[in-house]
Amino acid sequence: MLVTSPDAAAAATPPDAAYVRSRGHAANVVRKLLRNPIAMGAAAVILLLIVVAVAAPWLTPADPFETSMFHRLSPIGTPGSPLGTDELGRDLLSRLMLGGRLSLFMGIVPVLLAFFIASALGILAGYAGGLTNSAIMRTIDVLYAFPSVLLAIALSGALGAGIVNALTSLTVVFIPQIARVAESVTTQVRRSDYVDAARASGASPFAIVRVHVLGNVIGPIFVYATSLISVSMILASGLSFLGLGVTPPQPEWGLMLNTLRTAIYVQPALAALPGVLIFITSIAFNLFSDGLRAAMEVK
Amino acid sequence: MLTFVIRRVLYTVPIMLGVSFLCFMLVHIAPGDPLVSILPPDASAELQKQLMTLYGFDRSLPVQFGSWIWRALHGDLGTSIATGRPVAHEVARAVGNTVMLAAAATVIGFVLGGLFGFVAGYRRHTWIDRAASLVSVVGVSVPHYWLGMVLVIIFSAKLGWLPATGAGPDGSDAWVWDYAHMQFLILPAVTMSFIPMGIIARTVRALVADTLAQEFVVGLRARGLSEYAIFRHVVKNCAPTALAVMGLQLGYLLGGSILIETVFSWPGTGFLLNAAIFQRDLPLLQGTILVLAAFFVGLNLLVDIVQGILDPRIERS
Amino acid sequence: MADTEATTTPHPLLPSLPDLGGPRQPLLTVRGLSRHFALKSAAWFGAGGRAVVRAVDGIDFDILKRETLGVVGESGCGKSTTARLLMQLIEPDQGELVFDGQTVGSRSLPLREYRRQVQMVFQDSYASLNPRMTIEDSIAFGPRVHGLPARAATTRARDLLARVGLEPARFAGRYPHELSGGQRQRVNIARALALEPRLLILDEAVSALDKSVEAQVLNLLQDLQREFDLTYLFISHDLDVVRYISDRVLVMYLGQLIEIGSAQRLFDQPLHPYTQALLQSRPSTDPNHRTESAPLAGDPPNPVNPPSGCRFHTRCAQAQAVCSARMPTLVEHGNGSRVACLAYEPDTGYRANGSGLIMKEPIHG
Repeated sequence: MLVTSPDAAAAATPPDAAYVRSRGHAANVVRKLLRNPIAMGAAAVILLLIVVAVAAPWLTPADPFETSMFHRLSPIGTPGSPLGTDELGRDLLSRLMLGGRLSLFMGIVPVLLAFFIASALGILAGYAGGLTNSAIMRTIDVLYAFPSVLLAIALSGALGAGIVNALTSLTVVFIPQIARVAESVTTQVRRSDYVDAARASGASPFAIVRVHVLGNVIGPIFVYATSLISVSMILASGLSFLGLGVTPPQPEWGLMLNTLRTAIYVQPALAALPGVLIFITSIAFNLFSDGLRAAMEVK
Repeated sequence: MLTFVIRRVLYTVPIMLGVSFLCFMLVHIAPGDPLVSILPPDASAELQKQLMTLYGFDRSLPVQFGSWIWRALHGDLGTSIATGRPVAHEVARAVGNTVMLAAAATVIGFVLGGLFGFVAGYRRHTWIDRAASLVSVVGVSVPHYWLGMVLVIIFSAKLGWLPATGAGPDGSDAWVWDYAHMQFLILPAVTMSFIPMGIIARTVRALVADTLAQEFVVGLRARGLSEYAIFRHVVKNCAPTALAVMGLQLGYLLGGSILIETVFSWPGTGFLLNAAIFQRDLPLLQGTILVLAAFFVGLNLLVDIVQGILDPRIERS
Repeated sequence: MADTEATTTPHPLLPSLPDLGGPRQPLLTVRGLSRHFALKSAAWFGAGGRAVVRAVDGIDFDILKRETLGVVGESGCGKSTTARLLMQLIEPDQGELVFDGQTVGSRSLPLREYRRQVQMVFQDSYASLNPRMTIEDSIAFGPRVHGLPARAATTRARDLLARVGLEPARFAGRYPHELSGGQRQRVNIARALALEPRLLILDEAVSALDKSVEAQVLNLLQDLQREFDLTYLFISHDLDVVRYISDRVLVMYLGQLIEIGSAQRLFDQPLHPYTQALLQSRPSTDPNHRTESAPLAGDPPNPVNPPSGCRFHTRCAQAQAVCSARMPTLVEHGNGSRVACLAYEPDTGYRANGSGLIMKEPIHG
């Protein structure tokens, strides 16, 4: 009925190779990102940090756990310990390298977990609307009513010290924030004409979400989530700083800041070192996230 | 307008209920028997049973929650294990200090950040704009407790200009608005101000740039309006959102001051929280968090209402 | 339709849709369709009663097979809401739809089946296409939902692109933002046709296009109608376009139907005062008969608080006292025309002049 004869059909459908395929949205974003020097620089720094963190057990020049009361708080430039030693005589460079593992881990994992959980909740709330939306979002509002630092501390404080507890409380802190963004974006997309057209073609809500909604909302949600990584890092190290989160003798940048505090008057540069790394990592993630957001802007 | 205010206030009630419930549950999500967290470690079995009935742990959860709320509304937030004094008493003492610190930090952050952001918005793509971007990124990325340490190193340890810790000269308990006391406020407040400064600078910059780029400004200029008048126009447009952000930042700082207060040994609620965590003093933890969260919710409410009044475009359903 | 079907097809099709009722059966019968929207913010404590927008207020009409039915009216008259109600994108508060003799939503015609038979082309050509999907994927989505395998669906999409005048090799792999408005609207038409519907609702489908492009798309629509045996519901505020393409025309005002008739009759001899004023509102192109004053004064009244009685009486040049008291009903006026005006209704108390309301001078423009 659509095509009047086989010959016409053959003429109307050239071989596949002849079809021009435009660059998709993801490819465009990557291209724009690659052209952004600041974002690329930040990405390079992040990559470097991750590589060092992952390879730390093999890269460390000295044993990060070997203490030496004799060599406590040696200054930067001491032969054998280029970045000095901490208050228990352990080589600082090695501890910083190994500490990066936990610090990065605590920065990325809670956000990742929250991203999946909160996206699911937010998209469900946004697409379903009505009572489902109210139920989910009002519950989220209660969590949102806490300042994030306070919530993290409250949950960690109640659960006690430890990595798993800290991860849990941080994930719970980020879920409401990401869920709000997810719901807002999904509601917008839900109202668009192309979703109406998809509904009009008789598709099930599940198919519509999978094919039409997901592709359009995951981007903005993901970009928002990446901006939370630095927050997570700072919060996680803050928890360790307070004695929650990571416990000694595990090296972690926030924990090291706490234990080195006593050295402020004796070796100030040493005491500040772990914070410098947190700062650099944090800036790198933020700049990358900004670059990603700029690259995703629709023309 | 009145309906809007009333509706917004009413909406706060279920939120506060949820918040209270969370605080209440803190004790119960802690590992182990909730009684263990309340009791001194060397309590006898007899004492345990007494306290069990006293605290009501033998009653059902909803009943416990109800009586906890009831007591809280009457100002009874339980008793601190460590000090034995009523939690409400401890919190009341500390809250004033925290509010002072947070307010000072917010004002500094708002003024400096607003200035930066405003100038940057007016002068897009110049060096000032880039400097403002830098300030924003730094403000948002810096671990502020580390910054506090750095400032202490520079201004206390090395230069000796300002004291490192505490809220007043030794032995003084009350706050007096003289330099002897204020010098203790400077470092912590400046440290904390970096957070709101970064966010406010970014927000104001975006707002100003957006407003200036809008077509109606071009129209105003074409009609010969002076730059000063345009400036006032821009301020009027940006004020509601900027104030909202400032209010939210204040609330955030109230809740998040624990880290700074720890670094500077500032006797505020954050410091109290730190002690509570360290000593596993859960009633103190619960009570302090409830008060701080309530402050935050109240502040959000205020910000929403003020913003609704100032900005006629906001539609509330 | 089965008789005119092509003999050989190189790819599998969706199951064909039979013509059940025969040529006399209206394709779509609409009875008593209503949809009100409650306004949220106007609830004052103590005042009671929420304001309601009567977007569509009890309309009845038929769409005949293979015709083009035009729908005209000002902004806010309910045309778009009607379209969405017919598409079941919004739930009606009241009313019944009967498609080719079967009630929509009943066991004999479940919603999903109905949706294969009725499709819509929206006004905003950009917003109706998923910006993240290629053109061919967008078109192929519908058929795939109804069971066509991916390969066949893509081939079908490419065929349709060719049919609407877009070279498949160049356009199939493109994204919506790479096309012009006219091209996108062709894509939307192709997408609507992908399910082989019998009824196509065009909601201001050409309104956003440049005039030259509009003409091309209109011609395309007419070709497609002949080729695929389609029925059109053509909604527009552009009277000339409606006249060009429609067989019959419906006029709506504030959620109600006020006149129906053949396009020729309606445009040459409009019955309802509103239709007359609407047609006279078009600036005249005849220098000897200039339009001196606007025949239709003011803005359409607030749909939240429609005037009592006949909703048009506040702006009607021929209104009388009875018009504010009594709501006119849609009555027959011969030759398939119907009009809702007290002037044409006997025994309503309306004092008609001798020649009725038929205009003395023909409409120019």
